[in-house]
Amino acid sequence: MPEEVRAHITGVVFQITTRTGDPVAAGDPVIVLESMKMEIPVEAPRAGVVREIAVAEGQTVQEGDTVAWLE
Amino acid sequence: MIESVLVANRGEIARRVIRACRGLGVRSVAVYSEADRRWPYVAEADEAVAIGPASPRESYLNVERILEAARRTSAEAVHPGYGFLSENWRFARACEEAGLVFVGPPWPVMATMGDKIEARRRMVAAGVPVVPGSEGAVESLEAARTAAARVGYPIMLKATAGGGGIGMVRVAEDGGLAAAFATAQRRAEAAFGSGAVFVERYLDRPRHVEVQVFGDAHGGLVHMHERECSIQRRHQKLVEESPAPGMAPDLKRRLTEAAVSGARAVGYRNAGTMEFIVSGGEFYFLEMNTRLQVEHPVTEEVTGRDLVAAQLRVASGEPLPWRQEEIVQQGHALECRIYAEDPARNFMPSPGTITRLVLPEGPGLRLDCGVAEGVEVSVHYDPLLAKLIAWGATRSEAIDRMASALDGLVVEGVRTVVPFHRRVLASTLFRAGQIHTQMAEQGAFDA
Repeated sequence: MPEEVRAHITGVVFQITTRTGDPVAAGDPVIVLESMKMEIPVEAPRAGVVREIAVAEGQTVQEGDTVAWLE
Repeated sequence: MIESVLVANRGEIARRVIRACRGLGVRSVAVYSEADRRWPYVAEADEAVAIGPASPRESYLNVERILEAARRTSAEAVHPGYGFLSENWRFARACEEAGLVFVGPPWPVMATMGDKIEARRRMVAAGVPVVPGSEGAVESLEAARTAAARVGYPIMLKATAGGGGIGMVRVAEDGGLAAAFATAQRRAEAAFGSGAVFVERYLDRPRHVEVQVFGDAHGGLVHMHERECSIQRRHQKLVEESPAPGMAPDLKRRLTEAAVSGARAVGYRNAGTMEFIVSGGEFYFLEMNTRLQVEHPVTEEVTGRDLVAAQLRVASGEPLPWRQEEIVQQGHALECRIYAEDPARNFMPSPGTITRLVLPEGPGLRLDCGVAEGVEVSVHYDPLLAKLIAWGATRSEAIDRMASALDGLVVEGVRTVVPFHRRVLASTLFRAGQIHTQMAEQGAFDA
């Protein structure tokens, strides 16, 4: 089952640290958001493989938005 | 006297500078990004110029657009505030080349003190104590290992181009050095465009004490006493005060003398801050901030002097408005920074729209507030909303007044660090003046 990775805060996508097909462990950063001068990683909720990155660097995301899909 | 000043900043500090301009009869020019159109400082300036989109790179960090705004409004001087371009010597030089007065030190001094390794060298030469560490950047893991062995573990790896605690990594023992060295280099490269790092001894339970200095173009250079800024999170200050509680008179004398010697050695002019780490009875130079500090109000409240007005006078070529012996600390002042961060979620940013704002009033209270109801607190900028400053005849009175002020402050629409401040003020250790920079991280003020 694919699972969404959601932003836990509002911010701007600072860096995309994974690519489609990358294996990740639970807690690994999938992307990094920048909010109010802080860099905040959005972590994988479980182990899996990155199926899709749903955002681009520089894009603003709201709290709760899907930033990636894991499978 | 300068007749007009463009304020190359936003929020509470822009408001602070505009207020000082008004007091001196100086025309003020605000600049603002699309996100800040409705912020109070924009309406309060005599003129305001839109300089671009919300992203700082397109607005407050964009030298060309700021210089263009100065040209269009015939501003004579630029006040950089803090953050953004305030410590960027290339910006100061660009102002000078454009015929503008930069309200700050000469740009070569900024360049020297902005380079941590060069600053350290200059301070050693001036007889100012520095934290034991590598003499310069460590180019390789082996060089880092040699330096660390000489300095003694635990150590810190720091970015040479760094500031604000960004890119710092603590290393407890030799076994952790390789991984930490790679992390520090990567962070430094990402944050500052240079992966150069240096080694410094890590000090246990240090206090952060800084000295306000002020120089003019006529050879005048004074200190305006110390500020204690040990209550921090992620190496960023949250609470500041003056005087530093419980500091021995002899230590204080040596500290202020060292600050003046160091600033004089580099030909410092205008307002600046010499930051020190105090550990045991010793102190070490940390860095110099070649600008006005966020926490300058505590110095203003205990000395009764307006630092921003003095900055404008000195930038105009006037001599310092005070002599050293006239600057005395009276009573005690405390500042709490009101950040839009959630202390219950590890100080996560809390952007949003301010839906309700009630500001406290009371004796000895000062509020440097950047926001108003209805403004949006954007993800693009520092989360500082306001600064509460309480003065009292004694430290204890200042703390009590601050506690009342926090109770009277209402901010709705974003979360703030106010609950954290309440716990700090209620803490027995804080009340006893037994503070150090690692307290918050070690959970001393946890709920």
